[in-house]
Amino acid sequence: MPLELILFVLFALIAAVSAVVMITRPNPVMSAIFLVINFFALAGLYLLLNAQFIAVVQVIVYAGAIMVLFLFVLMLLNTKSEHKLLSGQNRTKIFAIVLAAFIFAQIAYLIFFSSPSGNLSPEVQASIKAGTIEEIGHELYTNYILPFEAAGFLLLAATIGALVLAKKKFE
Amino acid sequence: MNVIPIEYYLTLSAFMFATGVTGVLIRKNAIVVFMCIELMLNSANLTLVAFSSYLGSSAGHIFVFFVMTVAAAEAAVGLAIIIAIFRNKLTVNIDEINIFKW
Repeated sequence: MPLELILFVLFALIAAVSAVVMITRPNPVMSAIFLVINFFALAGLYLLLNAQFIAVVQVIVYAGAIMVLFLFVLMLLNTKSEHKLLSGQNRTKIFAIVLAAFIFAQIAYLIFFSSPSGNLSPEVQASIKAGTIEEIGHELYTNYILPFEAAGFLLLAATIGALVLAKKKFE
Repeated sequence: MNVIPIEYYLTLSAFMFATGVTGVLIRKNAIVVFMCIELMLNSANLTLVAFSSYLGSSAGHIFVFFVMTVAAAEAAVGLAIIIAIFRNKLTVNIDEINIFKW
C-alpha cells in the first residue's frame, strides 16, 4: 500500500471519528477539543493535497484562534452538560439522523454516478506550485485585490460588531 | 496524490457535512451548534482544496482563504450575540431562547 494512501486513510479516519464523537459528547468542552482534533486531521489532509499555506492557516486560525475563542466563551458562560442528550425527544433525533443520511446519500450519489472528476487527472507539479505562499500571495495581491480589501473591511466590521454586542448595556 | 481518487476526498467531505447537519439538529447548546457550523464550513473547504489541487489551480485556495475570513468574523459576532443572550436569559439552551415565538 502506498504511503500516501495510508496517510489519507489515517487522517480521514481521525477526521470522521472525531466529528462523530464531537456531536455526541454531552460536555461542550469535550466537543470543542474533538473539533480541534478534527481540524488537525484536516490540516494533514491539506498537506497531502499540496496545500501548504491552507494547512498552516488551518492550524493557526481555526485550531488556534477560533477554537480558543469558543473555549473562552464556554469558560465564561460555564454551561452545564446536556445530560439528556441521548434520552428524550427521540423523534427529533431520529428525524435529524434520517435527514443527514438522506443528504449524505444525495451527495454520494452525485459523487459516484455523475462522476464530477470526469477525466480529471491529478496535476502534481502544477498543484505543488499552486499551493505555495508565493503563488497565493501573488494571486491575492493582483487578481483578488478587491475581495482581499473587502475581507479586511469585513474583519474590521466584525471586530466593532462583537465589541458593541458584548458591551455591558445598550445605551 | 496520484494514487488517491478525488472521490475519496469528496466522500469524506460529504460525511463531515452530514455529521455537521446532524449536530445542528440534535444539539441544544447554542455554542455547540456554532461548532457544528464550523465543521460544515470545513467540509466545504476540503472540497474546494481537493478540486483546486486536482486541477492544479490556486483559485480554490483563495476561496478557502476567504471562507476562513468569513468564518472568523462569523464566530466573533455569533459568540458576542450568544454572550448578549446569556446576559439577558441566563441560558444558552436553544429550546429556552424563544422570544420570537408566539
